Amino acid sequence: MSVIFLVLPLALLLSAVAVGAFVIATRKGQFDDLKTPAVRILHDDDD
Amino acid sequence: MPLSPVVEGLDLDDAAVACAHCGLHVPPGLLQDTPEPSFCCEGCRSVYTVIHGSGLHRYYHQREGLDEPRQPARVTQRSYLEYDSQTFEEAYCRDLQGGKQCAELHLSGLHCAACVWLIERAPRVVNGLEEARVDLERSRVHLVWERGATQLSEVARALDALGYPSHPPELARAREARRQEDRSLLIRMGVAGAAAGNNMLMAGALYAGLFQGMAAEYVALFRWGSLAVTVPAVLWSSGAFLRAAWAALRTRTPHMDLPISLGILVGFGWGIWGTLQGQGEIYFDSISVLIFLLLVGRWIQRRQQQKARDAERGLGSLTPALARLVEGEATREVPVEEVPLGAVVEVLASERVPVDGKILDGASSLDRSLLSGESRPEPVAPGDLVHAGCVNLASPLRVLVEKTGAETRIGRILEEVEAATLRKAPIVRTADRVSGYFVATVVLLALLTGIGWASTGMARAVDHAVALLVITCPCALGLATPLAVSVAMGRAAGRGILIKGGDVLEALAHPALIIFDKTGTLTEGRLEMLSWEGDETLKSLVRAAEQGSAHPVAQAMQEAISESPGHEVSDLVQIQGAGLEARVDGRPLRVGSVDYMRQADVPIPSWAEESVARHAEALRTPVLVALEGSVKAVAAFGDALRHDALESLERLHRMGHQIAILSGDHPAVVQALERTLPVPLLTARGGVSPEGKLAFVERAARAGSVVMVGDGVNDAAALAAATVGIAVKGGTEASLAAADVIATQSGITPVVELFTGARRCFGVIRRNIVFSVAYNLVGASLAIAGLVGPLLAALLMPLSSLTVVTSSYRSSTFKVTS
Repeated sequence: MSVIFLVLPLALLLSAVAVGAFVIATRKGQFDDLKTPAVRILHDDDD
Repeated sequence: MPLSPVVEGLDLDDAAVACAHCGLHVPPGLLQDTPEPSFCCEGCRSVYTVIHGSGLHRYYHQREGLDEPRQPARVTQRSYLEYDSQTFEEAYCRDLQGGKQCAELHLSGLHCAACVWLIERAPRVVNGLEEARVDLERSRVHLVWERGATQLSEVARALDALGYPSHPPELARAREARRQEDRSLLIRMGVAGAAAGNNMLMAGALYAGLFQGMAAEYVALFRWGSLAVTVPAVLWSSGAFLRAAWAALRTRTPHMDLPISLGILVGFGWGIWGTLQGQGEIYFDSISVLIFLLLVGRWIQRRQQQKARDAERGLGSLTPALARLVEGEATREVPVEEVPLGAVVEVLASERVPVDGKILDGASSLDRSLLSGESRPEPVAPGDLVHAGCVNLASPLRVLVEKTGAETRIGRILEEVEAATLRKAPIVRTADRVSGYFVATVVLLALLTGIGWASTGMARAVDHAVALLVITCPCALGLATPLAVSVAMGRAAGRGILIKGGDVLEALAHPALIIFDKTGTLTEGRLEMLSWEGDETLKSLVRAAEQGSAHPVAQAMQEAISESPGHEVSDLVQIQGAGLEARVDGRPLRVGSVDYMRQADVPIPSWAEESVARHAEALRTPVLVALEGSVKAVAAFGDALRHDALESLERLHRMGHQIAILSGDHPAVVQALERTLPVPLLTARGGVSPEGKLAFVERAARAGSVVMVGDGVNDAAALAAATVGIAVKGGTEASLAAADVIATQSGITPVVELFTGARRCFGVIRRNIVFSVAYNLVGASLAIAGLVGPLLAALLMPLSSLTVVTSSYRSSTFKVTS
């Protein structure tokens, strides 16, 4: 059971990485516009 | 190049032809006999030509299969020269690396995926434009261009030609600040969400340990882990609540953030103590879930409010940005700020006057409704004064510039609007009013609990007191108002009612004095045929004779009488401002004023005389129709009531509101209107100046809740000063900026809907508050009895929030349609 001393901090570290990625994505404006990208992908531009 | 229009999936009658651009019905008069495509309007024709001319016709293929409402294209053909001025550049543009510049513009007419496709291909049409990126949600386009290769005005003209008139959304600095705030709130929410999720997992392990037994070192590990993820949630994510609570304490104004912060801080502090001591309760999971939910509520509300504000900026402009400066023989377009006093500007027909000044040359009629609310056009001649914002209706005028910008009458009114907004007292929310008592009661109860349990030992006494503070932490109470309000705001927006601030809904839920403007609010704001007495069969003859005339009376006739072809009109003579004479199917017909008939020696029978006198008394415009030298019919023209006005006023009256009318129009017109209304009015006044309206509203607002409904600039200051200001469709920029609520659907029905919706929304808020108070009573009694363990607290807190969330989302505050 003592492996939990290693696994719990590791799990928390992983979620910290995920939060970090979320912060970077937000700062870069990934969540500024949630509607247009979904529409843009419909354009079939073969020219 | 294929010129066949692509229009599919539309329910049109077999006989009807769809516009090649927008797909709407083409009016019979505009049908083409040739195989050329037909258009519903000039705007669509011009956009269609531009799109094909620039090789962007694939736009029509992009649109196939999109189930979006179609709208005819609007092209303003403005020059947008003001976009190139130094002041504009400083305010709205930003320099990028490599000699590039960028700016954001708000576009109207942007509504579907095909629009995005079309606009993002604008760089192919405009040389030097590097990028155009559309934000569909906010109706904006982000433009990047090479400095020197093109100018913003050129880009704006190209977008206009494609059917998307533009205007600057907000100052570049304000936009940047808002974006940073949006992102910061999202990050706070994300951090709190991650903390809440991880905390719940660890809390799950701890609760399992309570039942099955768990070695002390593992318990300590999970507690420390839980503390580690809670620290950023409390210190960073809930910072806004803590700061607001501190401000509320200092200014002694009770606020919902106060009990929230109390609960968070006490629970957090006690949790740290418990972790350090290795005993007692920790409340980390409850606290982080609470912070997360509260932030989600705030985020939703912020988005709704921003949508309303964005839409407000996209609606119309008050005074023109450009003036035609007269230099010798020629005229030149310059930004209004650059027009010197004493210069001469030219104002063409159907243009807005850009400055205050005196007419030097030309005779025309002016629509002054923007400033006075007067619905009838006013004739003007050299020597008369004109004001910025009035519309020149008939023929070109030359105006000597006396005042510009903020010095004009309209500029001063706008300043008053701003001042009135600042003076306005904030609306106190029910939850905030409750929160002061709430904190006092909870702290008192906690003290009593501590004293009551003191005999059993200090540690136990503090433990129970803290349990009471944490479990009564008003999660449900904190969510009750924002959630109910943002759900209502979202649904209202779907009905075309844009609400700028959440607290407005609470203020609208109670009986109030509702003051209506007349012109453009209760009435249509333009000339219409109100009645026709006499021979009905003459209508089609008159219609044929008036065909094609631009006179307001003739246009009102063309609208009111349906076209019946087959009449032959000859020898048509129009006498400006008096009437016309023609032979229709060979019979002599005269249509015109009383004076015109008298001059033409047409005898006027007594019934017609009476009718004319009656109309004149109510300031309507009577028009006589004479066939073969004798008067056969009398038609009356005036500003008609909106079709839903009577019913709406009755419904508002039944809801217990008092109703008053303040108008800038002539008192006789207002009194004539009052006589036709089915409900008693508190007062109906005519000839009220903008300043008079402001004074009336301010006086009434001291006595109680005042709701002002209006559309014009002359209402703007009153809209700002009222408890709640509502701007109706077609309102000017000033009134939209001053109002708290904007209705984008025409008529008075949206106003009634707003009141009923607000009442239902307030019902939901009250239900939420009652529920959370009841929950807190149960929690507090359990805590006083010493029965609240950590498990019960962890179960009760999210359960109460969940009930509030469900109750808010299940409510039908505004009816949802398609």
